[in-house]
Amino acid sequence: MAEFFSTYLPSWLAQLVTGLIQCVILLHVPLVGAMFFVWVERKAAARIQDRLGPTRVGGMFGWLQLLADGLKLLTKEDLRPQEADAMLFRLAPYVGFCASFTVFLALPFSDGWVVQWLDVGVFFILAVLGLEVFGVILAGWASASKWSLFGAMREAAQVVSYEVPLGMCVVVPVMIAGTMDLVAIGRMQEGLFTNWFIFHDPFTFVIFFVYFTCGIASVNRAPFDLAEAESELVAGFHTEYSGFRWLIFYMAEYGSMFIVSGLAAILFFGGWNGPIPLADLLGLTDANGELAGYLGRFLGMLNFVFKSVLGVTVMIWVRWTVPRLRIDQVMTMCLKYCTPIAAVMFLGATLWTYTFPGGVTGLRGTPYGTVRGVSAQRVELSDLTPATEDAEGAAGEGSDNKPAEEHAGDVAAAAADGEAAAASTPSGPLSIATFASSRARSR
Amino acid sequence: MSGQAFVDQLKKAFADGVVGANLEALDPWVEVTPEALIDVCRYLKNDAKLRFDMLNCITVVDYLETDPKKAAKAEFEPHLEVVYHLWSVPNKVSLVLKVKLPRWQNDEEGQLPELASVAGVWRTADWHEREVYDLSGVNFVGHPNLRRILCPEDWVGHPLRKDYEMPLEYHGIRGR
Amino acid sequence: MATQTGTAFADDPRIIEYDVRTDEMLINMGPQHPSTHGVLRLVLRTDGEIVSEAVPHIGYLHRCAEKIGENLAPRQFVPYTDRMDYLAGMNMNLGWALAVEKLMNLEIPEKAKHLRVIIAEMNRIASHLVGMGTYGLDLGSFSPFLYAFREREKILDLFEEACGARLTYSYLTVGGATHDLPATWLEKCEAFLDQLLPVITEYHTLLTTNAIFVRRAANIGVMSAATAIDFGCTGPVLRGSGVDQDLRRDGEQWYTEMYDGYAFEVIVEKDGHYPKDHEYPAIPKTAVLGDCWHRFYVRMLEVIQSIDLVRQAIDRYRTATGSHCVPVKLNQKLPKGEAYLETECPKGQMGFFIVSRGEAIPWRVRARSSCFSNLSVTHELCRGCLLADVPAIVGSLDIVMGEIDR
Repeated sequence: MAEFFSTYLPSWLAQLVTGLIQCVILLHVPLVGAMFFVWVERKAAARIQDRLGPTRVGGMFGWLQLLADGLKLLTKEDLRPQEADAMLFRLAPYVGFCASFTVFLALPFSDGWVVQWLDVGVFFILAVLGLEVFGVILAGWASASKWSLFGAMREAAQVVSYEVPLGMCVVVPVMIAGTMDLVAIGRMQEGLFTNWFIFHDPFTFVIFFVYFTCGIASVNRAPFDLAEAESELVAGFHTEYSGFRWLIFYMAEYGSMFIVSGLAAILFFGGWNGPIPLADLLGLTDANGELAGYLGRFLGMLNFVFKSVLGVTVMIWVRWTVPRLRIDQVMTMCLKYCTPIAAVMFLGATLWTYTFPGGVTGLRGTPYGTVRGVSAQRVELSDLTPATEDAEGAAGEGSDNKPAEEHAGDVAAAAADGEAAAASTPSGPLSIATFASSRARSR
Repeated sequence: MSGQAFVDQLKKAFADGVVGANLEALDPWVEVTPEALIDVCRYLKNDAKLRFDMLNCITVVDYLETDPKKAAKAEFEPHLEVVYHLWSVPNKVSLVLKVKLPRWQNDEEGQLPELASVAGVWRTADWHEREVYDLSGVNFVGHPNLRRILCPEDWVGHPLRKDYEMPLEYHGIRGR
Repeated sequence: MATQTGTAFADDPRIIEYDVRTDEMLINMGPQHPSTHGVLRLVLRTDGEIVSEAVPHIGYLHRCAEKIGENLAPRQFVPYTDRMDYLAGMNMNLGWALAVEKLMNLEIPEKAKHLRVIIAEMNRIASHLVGMGTYGLDLGSFSPFLYAFREREKILDLFEEACGARLTYSYLTVGGATHDLPATWLEKCEAFLDQLLPVITEYHTLLTTNAIFVRRAANIGVMSAATAIDFGCTGPVLRGSGVDQDLRRDGEQWYTEMYDGYAFEVIVEKDGHYPKDHEYPAIPKTAVLGDCWHRFYVRMLEVIQSIDLVRQAIDRYRTATGSHCVPVKLNQKLPKGEAYLETECPKGQMGFFIVSRGEAIPWRVRARSSCFSNLSVTHELCRGCLLADVPAIVGSLDIVMGEIDR
């Protein structure tokens, strides 16, 4: 997109405009997502509890209820306790929300559909998600309320503790994939659902559940919602908040839930790859033109969103079913169960990958840590520049807008890469360097 | 143990402490002097056979006829009657203890009558005595924490006394 | 502004304590708090998450019921008893009516007795359902609360049909009940009981045997039998500590004659088992007699016991003779004397004491509240527990502030 704008604008302005547009588009993911999840939560909770939930606003199923709720919250008085630290009190919700929102920058929604394609996407997401705790601590401290302070301290203790097992769980798929690049991890799970990392070996299967538990804990959902335990701490860290600021906390929470589920989907459930490679079977690949590739990716995005929403729904289901743990039990769970289990599973997965580099089922065509031939070509094909297609023999199609000299340079580079990929296709591992180089061009 | 035998046993143990008994009443009762109360309670609770280990209730009945026309015909002198309802969990038997107190200590209006606290015998008496102190105005000597419990701490008067009058105003709230 | 306050009251020892003792914190839990079951206020002294002291402050719902009783005829006082334990209004009505009947030496017809058993036990079910649901809420599990209310609604529908009210019934009154049960009421009641029994299993799955629930409730707030008796605890709280006492069996003749010939066992643990234990979940290994789990479990089993009692009462009511009440005039003079009667209400033993001087209006009315005594043990149980255990312990005592403050 930046390239498109740079033909009309100076390059710095083009970068800025591009960034702004992407941010605005992305901002809608947590906002609309949060609205949708609150609605899902209300409906699911109602159904679990033998109620109907919202039924009227917006006609069917109360689907506009959340807009009404949002309006209500916006019109509420913005209260602040007299003793509160005014600046920090106002700042806190935004700190939490920004942390949650920033993570979306690195979360790929489909093959290559990511705002900021990072080599260390996993690392970035975990690091930034951990920052959300600052918002909570600030809110708890600045509120000048003892209940808020309790909530903040609990949150600090809990989130910091659960970072350890959470990180350890995430390391396992990273190790299998050999990269921290989320797009690369997603691509490695192409094909049948048996290629998903959760079915890679028994250890990854177990570690997914550990990851999900830690994920629930790190985003403060029941049964780990100690920071806002309403039966003990009134409302915990957001006791003193009302109206819009409270809404922001709320959205940050739902945003984080989506991120944790989305990360689970990419790391364990093949990301945007469906259980069967439907897009491939329907021919919705870049090989059949740009539109087909676009549609394939769109299908992939639907896949990804579906998996993430499913994860969030499970969190909702858990919340409305089980009682809340006590703080010492939460810590015991982390330090005595999750961390050792994650460590053992990490070791097991390492040994497994070492012992069965090709997998044991035989269903997988190629060893993990490498990319099958098709994938390798897809890496090239996923480049949106028409030049790549030229290199694959689809020359002439879609390359009409480009200046001739740029086109030629692209062809040369792509051809070189294509050869490298083709050479490594049958058996050799496709190095991260190959990924990086192919990706660098793709934007 | 029959009722009469029980009263005899008590009288034997506390010669002057037991001043009356009525075994014909709906709830048979024994009246003791204020001085003997705490010893009688200890005895009733700790005796191997009696074992009145639960204190159900402490009530104060204020015998005061406020209507001057009826006061002349009243069959009693103004006094307070403290009623203890005891229960024995092992024996499933109840007992009523009564203590008569003057309405005011030394007949000085405003001086609460004093009575030994039984909070050391049954710990539940802690709250029940606080309630009695709060609502009926009996000063329990030896109570660990004799404060008002139902009314606010700065409330004036003891509402279950017959001559109690609701204050006209309490912190700006109209009373009557 | 903070510094100004500091200098202005620098001599105040409380300020000095507040400033210097940074390791401990005084927290007000309530009277506006989601899990204090009304307007209870607990002042907690905490060291981090550990509660070193919990002092209950009550009286926010004091409505001078005893003073009001000194100015009303016994039948007029019935609506005020509804408002004591408002979750079990029928049992409050019954306790008061029986105490007055004891004073008046009034014998009521057999049919009225069985009617009273039906109604009182139905209300016990309703009260225990609320107790169960709110306990789940105290531990952070919201759904069982609504399941419990769903079933309770059906009981309230039945009550509404019988007496026109859903919360403050004033149905069981001196001399019997205000009305007889309407036609087809018994059939509806039986249908409800048939439907309720299997639902209990769901509650056991969601709460009683849930791993997190057991962790939160078992071995928390352990109260020995001696402590329970010493603090005058009654009802499920006392039986949860293993004391075999139920006034329906052990009470005074005036009360127990209602239950003459009924088959029921007191729900109390004996040798590691509860009566009918085999049909319902076993006691978890971590549970200790007298802990929150046992108090909760006793209530759950009492629901089943009450279902059984209602079924028996319905059979007897169908064949019973007599009317649903004996008429008592509003201004009927009470005999001179005193009467104290305790009944087994859902929360514990509720006692009413009436002193009469031969007039239509009693000289003194006293209500002995079970929750009042049950709550007084809080500071004993909460010493040294974690902050999250405070709602768990207070919830397991199943208090109703209306009854405590009267």
